[in-house]
Amino acid sequence: MKSRFRPNRLPDPAVLDDYLPLIKSLERRGLIRGGISLGALAMLTGCDVERPASVEAALLAISRFNDKVQALLFNPNKLAPTYPASMILKPPKFNAYYDVMDVKPVDGAKWRLELSGLIADKRPWTIRDLQALPQRTIVIKHICVEGWSYIGGWSGVPFRTFLEYVGADLRAKYVAFKTADNYPSSIDMASALHPQTLLATEYAGETLADPFGYPMRLRTAVKLGYKNPKWVTAIEVTNKYPGGYWESRGFPWFAGL
Amino acid sequence: MSSASIAYNRRITHRLHPLPVRIMHWINAVAMLIMITSGWGIYNDDVIIRGLHFAKFLRLGDWAAWSLNWHFAGMWLLAINGLIYLIYGVATGRLRERLLPIRVSELIHTVRETLHFRLEHGDITTYNAVQKLLYIVVIFAGISQVVTGLAIWKPVQFSGLVSLLGGFQSARVLHFVGMAVIFGFLVVHVLLALLVPRTIWAMLAGGPSVSQHDRNDKATQS
Repeated sequence: MKSRFRPNRLPDPAVLDDYLPLIKSLERRGLIRGGISLGALAMLTGCDVERPASVEAALLAISRFNDKVQALLFNPNKLAPTYPASMILKPPKFNAYYDVMDVKPVDGAKWRLELSGLIADKRPWTIRDLQALPQRTIVIKHICVEGWSYIGGWSGVPFRTFLEYVGADLRAKYVAFKTADNYPSSIDMASALHPQTLLATEYAGETLADPFGYPMRLRTAVKLGYKNPKWVTAIEVTNKYPGGYWESRGFPWFAGL
Repeated sequence: MSSASIAYNRRITHRLHPLPVRIMHWINAVAMLIMITSGWGIYNDDVIIRGLHFAKFLRLGDWAAWSLNWHFAGMWLLAINGLIYLIYGVATGRLRERLLPIRVSELIHTVRETLHFRLEHGDITTYNAVQKLLYIVVIFAGISQVVTGLAIWKPVQFSGLVSLLGGFQSARVLHFVGMAVIFGFLVVHVLLALLVPRTIWAMLAGGPSVSQHDRNDKATQS
């Protein structure tokens, strides 16, 4: 039976010979077979072909080992270099996992700092409560994991002072943070107690501007930039590994300088 | 016993590349490739030379986090293997024997010969002055990478080292320059090895037998 789709006048068969290599390369079965095996390979690795699950697991195991090495290298008494106030960059460099235009300002009057975990006095804090504690100013270098750096001047309550005041268990392993921009973070207790770790409320002598964490952000001289959460809303002292935003995406946890 | 026979006994015959050297060479080859290609992945997030980016197919790690993890894993391989190599090279005298002395006249001679495409490569058991110099440069570049790498990894713990290197950004640039030196060496090294494939086979199988003190004797005679 003649197909309705068959043209009345057939093309010259020689055309087929001319385009044979092209036709072969486009062979459907080959394409499907190739597609299936590539898919199977991707499934076999559990992730993508570029980063097989076994390689990822090995790299993360080494990263956790490196966290321990970094903790050993960390000297709690070693101070980061400080700089004169004249070298402060104004305004500071903005960096987040989103654009500066997407910053959602926090209302300082309504803002409360919640406490949880191994802390004796868990009463929430207002910005006035924080300002009533002894303050400290440090002019330090901010170093980003990407490679850039700048000098910034930060003022606020030394984190050690705060943790002692609220009766936190200073032998606990971790201090975890929740933020208004949904950027969970955590640092080790030794770094939290370092004299250059602040609950910062001011930059260059002025109230923190919205994009940089108003009313309060963590600022520590002994960690890479991504370990300095902005718009902190909750602090937890814990012995259970809390992780963090970038850490859950593969970045090293300790990230000490 | 005469002094001649003592000298004779001291001549130990071994392969051009003893087994430990071959193992360390190939471990280093892998480590260097890991460090350079993952380093390019890290570099891309904040470039030092405007306009210079490394294409995806050149980078190890599909984005910065994994390039970093490769870099911080590869550093152990590079540093530990490199340290053992240096200890081995000094303890056995191999480094001194193979790479020293370099004479300026020899250096000029080799450069002139190279420019006339008359480079002698019949004997792969001895290095010419340019080869010696390149190997010394790349060894120091490797050491420098570990030092500058340590400085930018721990700029607070090693703040003294950082200020010695001229600050954090300067240490970072030096780390990049060290990579460029090693990469430049790698290109020449691989190209020459491919031109004289016997050298590749020697680095795999050990190469011809040589007596350790032959060259030293020749040096004292000349």
